[in-house]
Amino acid sequence: MSLWDFIGTHSAILAVAFPLLGAFLTPVVGRLGEKASRYVSFFFLSLASLMVAFMAVRVWDSGPLVYTLGYRSGSSIPQFFRIQLYVDGFGVFMAIIMAVVSLAVCMYSWAFVDRYTGQEKYYTLLQLVAVGSYGMVLTGDIFNLFVFFEISSMALCGLVAFRTERGESFEAAFKYMLYSTISGVLLLFAVGIFYGEYDLLNMRAIAEAMSSAGGASVLDKIALGLLVTVFSLKAGSVPMHMPTPDAYSEAPGGISAIFVAASQAGLYALFRTSFTIYGHYDPISGAFNLDTYTLGWIVIVLGILSMFIGVTMALVQKDIKRLMAYHAISQTGYMFLGVGVGIAVLSDPVKMAAFGVDAMRGGIFHIINHALYKGLLFLTAGAVFYRAQTRNLNEMHGLGHTMKYTMVFFMIGALAIAGIPPMNGFSSKLLIYESVYQFNPIIAAIAMLVSVLTLASFVKVFYSAFMGPRPENPPEEVPPSMLAGMTILVVLILFFSLFPGLIVTRIVDPAVRALVPYLGGV
Amino acid sequence: MSKIVRGMASILYPLIAVFGGYLVLHGHLTPGGGFQGGAVVASAIALAVVAYGSGLYKKGIFSGFESFGLLLFIALGFVGMSCYFFTNVFANTGTIVLFGQVVSYGTTSPPFFSGGTVPMMNMAVGFEVVGGLSLIILALAQASFDDETEVEKEVEKEVGL
Amino acid sequence: MLWQLPFIVSALLVIIGLYICIAKTNLIKMVMGVSLMESGANLFLVSLGYRKGGIAPIYTSSPGGEMVMPTPQALTLTSIVIGVATTALMLSFIVMMYKHYRTCDARKARRLRG
Repeated sequence: MSLWDFIGTHSAILAVAFPLLGAFLTPVVGRLGEKASRYVSFFFLSLASLMVAFMAVRVWDSGPLVYTLGYRSGSSIPQFFRIQLYVDGFGVFMAIIMAVVSLAVCMYSWAFVDRYTGQEKYYTLLQLVAVGSYGMVLTGDIFNLFVFFEISSMALCGLVAFRTERGESFEAAFKYMLYSTISGVLLLFAVGIFYGEYDLLNMRAIAEAMSSAGGASVLDKIALGLLVTVFSLKAGSVPMHMPTPDAYSEAPGGISAIFVAASQAGLYALFRTSFTIYGHYDPISGAFNLDTYTLGWIVIVLGILSMFIGVTMALVQKDIKRLMAYHAISQTGYMFLGVGVGIAVLSDPVKMAAFGVDAMRGGIFHIINHALYKGLLFLTAGAVFYRAQTRNLNEMHGLGHTMKYTMVFFMIGALAIAGIPPMNGFSSKLLIYESVYQFNPIIAAIAMLVSVLTLASFVKVFYSAFMGPRPENPPEEVPPSMLAGMTILVVLILFFSLFPGLIVTRIVDPAVRALVPYLGGV
Repeated sequence: MSKIVRGMASILYPLIAVFGGYLVLHGHLTPGGGFQGGAVVASAIALAVVAYGSGLYKKGIFSGFESFGLLLFIALGFVGMSCYFFTNVFANTGTIVLFGQVVSYGTTSPPFFSGGTVPMMNMAVGFEVVGGLSLIILALAQASFDDETEVEKEVEKEVGL
Repeated sequence: MLWQLPFIVSALLVIIGLYICIAKTNLIKMVMGVSLMESGANLFLVSLGYRKGGIAPIYTSSPGGEMVMPTPQALTLTSIVIGVATTALMLSFIVMMYKHYRTCDARKARRLRG
């Protein structure tokens, strides 16, 4: 087997194992000096991103990648009883998001945490967040999903509480930890229900066992309720959004950006269970496991609530990062809305081909757009905090005179989030508006209103922070490593803005076809 | 703590530690394993901390245990990369050093040096759990002792001593 | 009815734990409530594997016969380990919060609002 084949086969587990190895090596290396840990962490995270690139090429060319851990040929146990990693188009999509954001945040953190002691703990926890998120999106086993879910929430809580000189960090971290642990217990119940019914933990095997048992039983519907609750809590949608603004605002600069990417792993898990387990189509009996119309409407209603409440709460905030956190909740509503329409029309192939596919394309494209521009906005907010030492919008003014690069990056991010053409936010929002209008016109009108309010609040932030009279001792530009981290995201945003069609056909479409297999294609 | 508590802690501490080590080492034959045995050894350390105060141990050695255990575990995962990650390449190969003696299927009394990477991973996890849980116990003990003196000082100031 | 008793107890543990998390304001009591919920979930998982008349799933010198399923025991062990780690993390957050806020009451330790 040549080296390329070897790496291509093993790339799924190496994307999880390399940051894990880095996380275990970082405390040892950190004894040599505080700066050594940042190079080790950057090395292993870039190795993981390289593995994601190999995995993407492999999956887009030859179809889903199935990797069984610990399998020796000639073993008598069927492969799906072991732990399997199952990577299809949607898993690769989420792994690409995590790869890009983790590299940008790692580079950004070189300068940001330089003022703190205990830096090797920061980099260890950062790599553990990467491990948790990669594990959640690449696994094919529902108990493995639970384990990586807990790993990522514990590492994120540790990072939120990193700034130990303030008491508010611990309050935010405790709140987030409490919610995550309770949701972990509920997820464990759902896993137990699946195991008790079918004796299986592999997600595709559960789907097939459910269809041979004649569709979803009452216990399966109870498990579905638990799963929707748990994963919407992780993704930060209303009405389970309470820990999200506190945690995002108290986290140090780059961590809010990786928080966004890790929350979207929860979104991935929700869509994976809805489409692969409950939307499984059995060609023999010609029926789906569950008529997903009601589930789709539940997801759409959660999306509308998140959009509206997120943006209205964001309009009244004075804290720059708390405002952006509420916008993150609101943009998550767009993703729920787009893919929720897809879930609702899953049983109806005519409607799916008419507008469902476009809605799903819009929702899924919005996931990567949101990770990029929201990550960029959080990094610029962190840069503003690094120089101005305050997060209150009333206390800062005139930063744009001296921090020119930060201002330009913020402007790009704000235009993207408001959906102004030609930025990438406009492309995904247009796909969502056009398709959701054919589903139900009122929902599309609410979505457009929310977009207008988003623009309004970001104009307020831009004016307060960057315009205005020059401050007394004007802050200088941020250090180059922070600018480099932000530049990675800006370059990708501009690339996505100029070539949206290319991105939709190459990256988003395989994800949609992986979720809805009867459309054909890879 | 009083003399009785300290005396009994000194007597019980090695017994508990040996029992925990037994649970870790025989994890592939009898109930037990890495986490269970490691938690028992950490409870021995907790007993020592309660009896003798939190200044008894320094955190460095437990940090070393934890890193050693973690690195050994992930190295054992990479060793099986010839087939797949985490493959048990040492089991049933015939060597004694690498835990490779042959075990037949069904009800047997297997020899101790069998199982391949399983007892090695048990030992790695045992080291890691001892290090991790002891660090937690020491950190919480030291934090509560620090806080106690601060509260006592405040109370004394208010009372007017 | 006797065979459903573990599941009823596990449901009771989760309900009592959830009630404690919601109704009590002391932070340490909330952590205890979460710990109860985790115990309920672990009990649920272990009792899923039981087969009538089965013995422990160990092959070393076993007397033979039907064994209970070992997979949920592995799941429960993982869940116990995760529970230990989350309880330790939450308790250390409470210790640090007490140092800054000087109170363990959730109604008073609320500086982040809005």
